[in-house]
Amino acid sequence: MAVIIHSKLCKGCKVCVKSCPFGAITVENKVAEISAACTGCNACLEDVCPFHAIEKIEDEKHGVDIHEYHGVWVFAEQRQGKLMDVAIELMGEGRRIADMINTELSAVLCGENVEGLADDLIAFGADIVYIFDAPELKSYTTDAYTKVIYEAIMKYKPEIVLLGATHIGRDLGPCLAVKCGTGLTADCTRLEVDPEDKKLMQTRPAFGGNLMATIICPNHRPQMSTVRPGVMSKPVRDDDRLGEKICVPVSIPSIELRTKILDIVHSAKELVRLTDAEIIVSGGRGLGRQEGFGLLSEFAEKLSGVIGASRAAVDSGWIDHAHQIGQTGTTVKPKIYFACGISGAIQHLAGMQEADYIVAINKNELAPIFEVADYGIVGDLYKIIPVIMEELDRQQGYRGKGMDGF
Amino acid sequence: MKIIVCAKQVPDTNEVKIDPVKGTLIRDGVPSILNPDDANALEAALAIKDANPGTTVSILTMGPPQAAYMLRECLAMGADSAYLLSSRVFGGADTCATSTTLAAGIEKMGGADILFAGRQAIDGDTAQVGPQLAQRLGIPVVTYVQDIKIKEGCITVQRQMEDGYELIEVKTPCLITCVKELNIPRYMSVGGIVGAYEKQITIWNENDVMLDPSQCGLNASPTQVLRSFTPPPKGKGVMLAGTVREMASELVARLNEKHLL
Repeated sequence: MAVIIHSKLCKGCKVCVKSCPFGAITVENKVAEISAACTGCNACLEDVCPFHAIEKIEDEKHGVDIHEYHGVWVFAEQRQGKLMDVAIELMGEGRRIADMINTELSAVLCGENVEGLADDLIAFGADIVYIFDAPELKSYTTDAYTKVIYEAIMKYKPEIVLLGATHIGRDLGPCLAVKCGTGLTADCTRLEVDPEDKKLMQTRPAFGGNLMATIICPNHRPQMSTVRPGVMSKPVRDDDRLGEKICVPVSIPSIELRTKILDIVHSAKELVRLTDAEIIVSGGRGLGRQEGFGLLSEFAEKLSGVIGASRAAVDSGWIDHAHQIGQTGTTVKPKIYFACGISGAIQHLAGMQEADYIVAINKNELAPIFEVADYGIVGDLYKIIPVIMEELDRQQGYRGKGMDGF
Repeated sequence: MKIIVCAKQVPDTNEVKIDPVKGTLIRDGVPSILNPDDANALEAALAIKDANPGTTVSILTMGPPQAAYMLRECLAMGADSAYLLSSRVFGGADTCATSTTLAAGIEKMGGADILFAGRQAIDGDTAQVGPQLAQRLGIPVVTYVQDIKIKEGCITVQRQMEDGYELIEVKTPCLITCVKELNIPRYMSVGGIVGAYEKQITIWNENDVMLDPSQCGLNASPTQVLRSFTPPPKGKGVMLAGTVREMASELVARLNEKHLL
């Protein structure tokens, strides 16, 4: 088994007990024991045990011949004939990784009459676009998409497959991984290539953002990741790039489609454009009441910004979940993030600490948000925000970015 | 109708704090709870049972022996029977290996008409085990379900999307993963709590579900954790001081200076 205690070396000092995020280590009769709650996360290994009594033993694993697999694939998710932003972000990231391991970048495009999108994908960095065009693929269904992409993976054998961690990617990815007999790392926020063996190192938050884990998939292929929308940067479009389009013949027996879409309902509310926003004004429990978002809207409008919210504000019913930022909401990286009445729970920080500048306004000077804020103001946001708006007007006759064009 | 709910006992990650000096997780006093989305999954199953007499609801988990506490809670909410897959060899499982073990447990239980699971667990947030389990069992899956209607063996569900929902029809047997918008989980009743201690929890290891140790836990996990670390805290910035006017003025000036506005 994986992580073991050398009982002769263990002195029963219990240092390791606290290092375990999963409570898997107990000390009985002055010897530590590791229970089945162990996830092999390595937290107890790095310089934790003063007596070097903890060791990870790697078992011989039966994988596949990894040398048969080449190339990086990106699932180019489209809805209603439009590429998702995360698909474009992944073209940039996929290009970067493909260049590092000196291979080709391919996009996998499924839909009906979507060939036109292939030119966009080439302009965004694809060397090859595999096009799966069929009426059954017009909208995503688990069975149809899993079938055609699984068959293509078996045929073309890519070494890396990246998907956006959308409600679709997080459904498709797990199904593909099981069918291919390989691993999948969910919701990655960073991808790197091991300079020595060219393996993909996938970093993701776990434990509600309290812990980051770097995951590898050493003996199985393809190496698969879903990547959080909004984390990677979009590449610059280059319409002079050349690429190849390959139309893959599709045959989907209707008996293999076990779910049927009866209707697609778009909510009246617009999809909140948090991931692209340069300025976000975000409110939390400290607003105290729903009307607080009225003040924040006024502030956001002045800055041509977008409204965000903490989970506490959403759970209080003050604002729709679509505005939620954090581990279970959207991940954002604006130029400026105004955190108003947000205490800064770790789950919230996980979704916004990549912002270039963080401004925190909170009554409680001990709020954890001040630990990450570039500028902190302790006080009543209902008094402070109106004065900030006045100062914006006064200091530069500020009319908002959208109006003067730059 | 026969229903199986897959659940996980998780540490309440909302209660986890980081030791600001050592940068390590503070676990002391962090309670273990029934994963929140799994409570919605159980509620969905119990609501079907309430409306369809003769329905049985079994609960299945994989975990250490302590997970039995969570199963008792589920029994007290109204589940009829509980199964715990527990063995040292199941430890270190990634989602791929976890789904293999759960699938073996479900086969041994004789399968079900509907399998429910939470969308994702709050300790890993992967949302992978549900769909992977369905693939292993060869049954259709609908994830992110926020509404369920059942009529004559045909299930119509709303699948939550980022900007609305899809109305999807699926036939049994199938697996459904549930989001919190689906329902409000019931509390344990006093009678339920008393009754929960009269019900048996069945505990199975790898031999009971006919798995070889090579098919379980870390041995059967394609992914490995290379390292884990607490995210480095961003350096503390400037606390502005003075009157409200002074602070607001300085803030705008500083942001202007950096050409951010």
